[in-house]
Amino acid sequence: MSTRGFSGRRPSEEAAHRLPPGQYQTDDFPVLAKGPTPHVDLATWRLTIRDGSQLLANWTWAQFEALPQTIWRGDIHCVTKWSKLGTTWSGVTIDDLFQAAGITPPTAYLLAESYDDYDTNVPVADLVGGKAMIATRFAGASIQAEHGGPARLLVPHLYFWKSAKWIKGLRFTARDEAGFWEQRGYHMYGDPWREQRYTDDP
Amino acid sequence: MTVDSAVKAVRWQQAVIETITTQTPRIISVFLRARLERHVAGQHVDVRLTAPDGYQAQRSYSIASAPGADLLELAIERLDDGEVSPYFHEVARRGDSIELRGPIGGHFIWRGEDGGPLMLIAGGSGVAPLMAMVRAWSVAEPKTPLLLVYSARVWEELVFRDELLATQARHPEFLFIVTTTRGPRHRPEDLDRRLDGSLLRGLLAQWGHSPRHVYVCGSNAFVEAVTDGLVLEGVPPAIIRTERFGGDS
Repeated sequence: MSTRGFSGRRPSEEAAHRLPPGQYQTDDFPVLAKGPTPHVDLATWRLTIRDGSQLLANWTWAQFEALPQTIWRGDIHCVTKWSKLGTTWSGVTIDDLFQAAGITPPTAYLLAESYDDYDTNVPVADLVGGKAMIATRFAGASIQAEHGGPARLLVPHLYFWKSAKWIKGLRFTARDEAGFWEQRGYHMYGDPWREQRYTDDP
Repeated sequence: MTVDSAVKAVRWQQAVIETITTQTPRIISVFLRARLERHVAGQHVDVRLTAPDGYQAQRSYSIASAPGADLLELAIERLDDGEVSPYFHEVARRGDSIELRGPIGGHFIWRGEDGGPLMLIAGGSGVAPLMAMVRAWSVAEPKTPLLLVYSARVWEELVFRDELLATQARHPEFLFIVTTTRGPRHRPEDLDRRLDGSLLRGLLAQWGHSPRHVYVCGSNAFVEAVTDGLVLEGVPPAIIRTERFGGDS
C-alpha cells in the first residue's frame, strides 16, 4: 500500500542498482559511534591477534605499515540507512595479515576489538579471500579519528558497524559470540542485501 | 546497565498520524497511534514510506514521547535537501498511515533504575531522545539529579521549551541550562556561546554532581566538541554515550 502523497526522490539508475534495500545514497560521510572519539597515539598503537587469551601475533605501527598494502574501491552501507558509493580505502588485507603472522585461523569466528572497548563479531570466512582489510587510509589520506583512524577494520560487504573503528585486535572465538551492537538488538551477521538490520531480521 | 532491549522481532506495521504540531520554524512533532512494544527512553523507530510504483524510503527517528505514552511522538526537522522530512512537513496530515517498526536500540537508552546523577546534552533537534529521558525521569525518578544542557541557535528554536521550563519549575532536582549560539541568552542562568571544555567545567561545578551517565545527542560536530570537552574535564569516556547526525563534509 502506498503512502498518500509520497513520491520520493529516485536515485540514478546506476545508483539504484548499487543501493541495497532501504538504503539511500549520501555524498556526505556521516559519523556514528557509541561514545567519544578515542585519540589513539601511534607510538603506543598495537594490533594483536589472539586465540581466546593466547597471543598469536602483534605489530607496532611501523611494523604494520611495512606489510603489503592493498587498495579497495567500492560502496559502503550503514545500518542507519545511508550508503556511500565509490569509496577508496587502503591498508593490509586480512589474508596478508594472517600470512605475515604465519597463522591458519584456529576457529571459524572472531571478534574485532577496538580502543574504545567496542567489539563486533565477524565469521572468518567473511574476512579472508580478499573480502576485508585493516584500513589505514581513506581517499588517499590517513583516516580521520572520527572515521576510525589510525586504523579500522573494513568489511564492506556487511553493514558498516562490522567495520570496527579504532581497531586494536582480532580475537578468535570458539563460537559466534555477539559483539557490542549484536548484544543490543542488531543482527549477528548484517548482510545489507538481505536487509539484516536487527536481531530477528531473516 | 542491562543489555536486553529490542532483542525481539521488530516487524513493520501501520501507524496512523493523530496530530502534527509546529514546534519551531523548522521542527514539527508528529504524533502517531501505533501498537509498538513499550519503548525505553532514547530508542528510535524506523519509518518507511512507499510511492505508488512501490519505491520505498526509510529513515530512523528518535522517540520523544515518554515510555508508555498514549501516542508516539517524533520531532522531525525539515532538511532542505531531504526526501522524507519534507513529506512530513508538507504532505502528511491527520489520518494518514505510514509504516513503522521498532522500538529499536539498546545503547543510547535510560531507564529509571539506571539512576544518576544524569547529564544530558542536546544540540538542536538532537533533544528528541533526551526529551524522552527527561519525561521518563520526571515520572519515575525525580529525586535523581538531572542536568540538561540544551544548545540551539536562538531561544525561539528550542524544541519542547515550554514543557522543559514547566518541568524545571516543578522539580528542584532538574537543572535546565540553555545556551544560544546566535542569539542573546534569555534567563540569567543561560549562556550565549558554543559549548566547550571551560563552559562544561563551569556547568559541572554549578550542578555540584559527578555524572554517572552522560548522553550527548546532536550534529557530529556538536557531539565531537562536547565529548572532547567532557573528556578533557575528566569525565570518564566509558560513561558518555553519543548519538550523532550528519557527517564531516
